[in-house]
Order: sequence, then C-alpha cells, then structure tokens
Amino acid sequence: MTIALSIKDLRKVYGNGFEALKGISFDVQQGDFFALLGPNGAGKSTTLGIVSSLVNKTSGQVEIFGFDLEKDKAAAKRSLGVVPQEFNFNMFEKVGDIVRTQAGYYGIPVELAKQRAEFYLKKLGLWDKRDSRAQMLSGGMKRRLMIARALVHEPKLLILDEPTAGVDIELRRSMWAFLQEINEAGTTIILTTHYLEEAESLCRNIAIIDHGSIIHNTSIKSLLQQLSTETFILDVQPDQAESVVIDGYSVRLEDPHTLVVQVNKGQGLNGLFAQLKNQNIEVTSMRNKSNRLEELFVSMVEKNLEKKDA
Amino acid sequence: MSHQELWIAFSTIVRKEIRRFTRIWAQTLLPPAITMTLYFIIFGNLIGSRIGEMGGFNYMEFIVPGLIMMSVITNSYGNVVSSFFSTKFQRNIEELLVSPTPNWVILSGYVLGGVARGLAVGFIVTLLSLFFTKLQIHSFGVTIATVLMTSILFSLGGFINAVFANSFDDISIIPTFILTPLTYLGGVFYSIQLLPEFWQGVSQLNPILYMVNTFRYGILGVSDINVGFAFAVIVLFNVALFLVALKLLNMGKGIRQ
Repeated sequence: MTIALSIKDLRKVYGNGFEALKGISFDVQQGDFFALLGPNGAGKSTTLGIVSSLVNKTSGQVEIFGFDLEKDKAAAKRSLGVVPQEFNFNMFEKVGDIVRTQAGYYGIPVELAKQRAEFYLKKLGLWDKRDSRAQMLSGGMKRRLMIARALVHEPKLLILDEPTAGVDIELRRSMWAFLQEINEAGTTIILTTHYLEEAESLCRNIAIIDHGSIIHNTSIKSLLQQLSTETFILDVQPDQAESVVIDGYSVRLEDPHTLVVQVNKGQGLNGLFAQLKNQNIEVTSMRNKSNRLEELFVSMVEKNLEKKDA
Repeated sequence: MSHQELWIAFSTIVRKEIRRFTRIWAQTLLPPAITMTLYFIIFGNLIGSRIGEMGGFNYMEFIVPGLIMMSVITNSYGNVVSSFFSTKFQRNIEELLVSPTPNWVILSGYVLGGVARGLAVGFIVTLLSLFFTKLQIHSFGVTIATVLMTSILFSLGGFINAVFANSFDDISIIPTFILTPLTYLGGVFYSIQLLPEFWQGVSQLNPILYMVNTFRYGILGVSDINVGFAFAVIVLFNVALFLVALKLLNMGKGIRQ
C-alpha cells in the first residue's frame, strides 16, 4: 500500500535550545484517517509545521506520497493541503478571492480556479459569502473557509490542526460528516485535536506524541482494547442518602441521585443491575463518564510523565 | 512547477498586490498626489519663481523629475514593506509557504507589486505636473529604464526591511530616518553644483543622487553625474539586493521557525 506520509528520525531543536522533537518516526498509509494526539507542547504542531514547510527541521526526513520534502519540494507540496490551527488568511480579502488566490499559488489556471472555488465554497456552505470580506465571517465560517482554501488544489493528503476548536457542536458534526466524505472519496487525512471524542469517531489509526517522542502508534481499535476499566454514570431513583455498596464493583455516590461505577474489562453489567434491583434502586439513565479514548490518553500521558520523573 | 504554472503563481501574487493597493487607494494613491501638488505649488510656483534658473532650466522644470522620482521611490518601498510585513504579521505568508511556488517567484511577485504602485504614483504625479509645466522627454529609453530599475531597487529594499521587521515601528524607521533624508539630499530640489566641493563629494556617496540625476537626464537632458556610471550603480544595487532578499527568503528569516 502507498504511504501518504513518511516521517523518519525527525528532530527539531529551536534556537533557544529546546528540543521539540527527539527523532520521531511514523508512517500514514494512503486513505487513512489518522490522529496525531498529544498534550500541549508535546510536539504536534512542530511536526505538522515541518511537514507543511512552515518550520525548518534540524534533521530527519519527510516524504509525502514518496516525494522528499527537501529534494522534490514542489511535488511534495502539491500533494499536501493544510488547515492550520489559527486563522491565517488576509481578513480584508473577499472570501472568493482568498480561495482563488490560493489556487493560483499552485499554478491552477484562472477558469479552473474559479470552478474549484465555487465547488468547495458551495460544499462548505460559504458560496453566499463569496463577496464578503473574511473579517465579516463567524468563527465557524472562518474555519470552513480554511478547509475550502486547503482543498482548492485537490491535495491527496489533508492535514487539519484542531479544525473544530471553538466550533459549536452542530457545526462540528457537519464538519465531521464532510471530512468523512472526502476521506471516503480517497483523501488521506491527518488530524490533531483536543476533542478525543472526535479522534475516536473519525480516525482509524493514531500516534500519541509526548515530550517530543512518539509513545504510541497503533490503530484506535487496538488502543481501546488496552482499556482495563470503563467508567459509567448512572442516574438513580430514589435519592440515596448514603454511599451504595455493590459487590465486585467500585461505586461512588457523586450526589444523591448520581452513581459513578467503574466496570473492569470483561466484567459485564448484569451483576451491577441485579444488585441495584435488589436494593430497590432504579436506574433512570446511564452514560460513559467520558469517552474511552480520553481515559486511555490521560493514563498514557501520566504514565509517560511518571517514567520521565523516575 | 511548469513554466505556465510559475507564470500563474507569479501573476496571482502581482494581481493580489495590485488589488491591495487599489482597494486602499485613499491611503496609497491619493496622499502622494496631494503632497506632490503642494510641492509643485509651494516650491515650484511660489518659491521657484524667486529662485530663477537651476541647471539651465526654470526651477519648476528642474524639480519635476526629482519629485516624480521621489514619489516612485517612497511608494515602491512603502508598498512592499507594508504589504510583506502585513502578510507576515497576519501569517497569511503561510499560504505561500505551503504552496509549491518557489521563493524567487514570491520575491519577484512582491517586487512587481511594488513597481506597479511606484509607477502608478509616478504616472499620477507626472500628469499633475503637466498642470504646472510643459514636460519634454529628452530620452524615452533612459527615462523608462531609470524609473523601472529604481522602482525595482526600492521594492527590493522594502522587502528586506519587511523580512527583518518585527513590529509596525520597524517598517517606518528606515523610511523616516534613512530614505527621506537621502531623497531630500539626493538632488531633488537642487543641483549639487551649488554645493562646496567637499559636500559634492559626500553627495556622491548617496545612491539616490544617481537615480534622480539619471531620471532628470532622461527628461531634461542634464545631469550632475555620468549617466553610464549611474546606470551601472543602479544595476549593481539591484542585483545585490535581489540576491540578499532571495537568500533571506530561502533561509526563512522572519517567516519560518
């Protein structure tokens, strides 16, 4: 299978001596929906910055669809679309001009650029705003504008650095649907996000970076299998005055009508419900405390920190 | 990139630059028109009539080429320094850096944007000057070549200034403390023949003197300095500044971490 992005021994030391990347290596297969996760300052943005040619590497190699970013720069860059974390378009330019100008930087003829701009602006619900200045757009519209701009040269690999930061839930869902659509159409996507629910819902493979090193690089499925416990929140009736004891389960009373229950891997929930029924406690609703990936992510980063401290 | 793609990328940058300065025409095209009209009225008409001849021409005729050149210099420089610094400041330089557009095309595009504004303002000032004096061109070739090369030179200067600038203050230091004094002392308003010999020698260290005089030669046919030598100086500066600007862009100075 073709490798969309290959990173080998990538290292970055900033001018102040800070080593942001300590020789990381990973591959992203063509057609993948890949998550690059890590806490703030872990090295995600530096990695994406080097791949996007916005940050100079100290050493290592980056290949995009087999094109070396140093030796075959133009071909590598042509295969890549970038949606950065911060708005980086000219706020005084018109929406349509921003997208068409970007197409021009890739050598796309004017007529074709117009057609592509129209297609992607319509696809992202911005066609009505094509003659508005970018500064007049809402936050969500600005994010969609950056996606339209990144897609106008139809890259085979799309990198999105926290594309849904600060976006309301409805828009976030519609952006997820759009990204899934273009991924199914063949675009390889690399995503960084702080919404781990987003990574869990969209991505098939994942790399977790911390303190400039890759601490995990696997499929989301196999990563989630490492979860040893899962936490559920149960709304119960009647209100409980004292803590509830359920044999075999760790239970905590968060408030008089909310129980927090930890269930071990493979333990099942029938025993829990049977004991609650015996104690005349009715469960009115149940949900995960947080998404599973988030729990795992936090525990992995904490373990990595402990290892470093040790 | 193919030649056609390079051309498209280059013309995209130039169009964007022209769109920028024409969109804000009240800040870019109007002020030099007003300032130069005031120069024509005050220095040319009111004071000039008392000064008499300079270099064999009446004072208004003498200062017109210098004032046209002054507006070309300040606007070429000002366009690129403010446009490229804003692009850095707003981070939309990243649009270009992620694209396959080579650095020499980026540099050439910005420079031609600066040249476009310099020539546009030069043209407006030339038209305005016709209200005050008759303009006869001694040599079209020298006039066009000088104005073009000077405009390129100061666009390159503006680009280098923008690369090093970290704040809006940094883009006004060089125009205020270096460019304006050198322009005023570059023979716009007087012939260096009026100066004592020592100061004539000092004046010849000022590169703007060569541009103003070569341009004046193109229009009036008179110059304080050797036109061939002046051309050589301008070409040399252009080549040197282009190489420096390209080197800075290749290094990612001020734009890549």
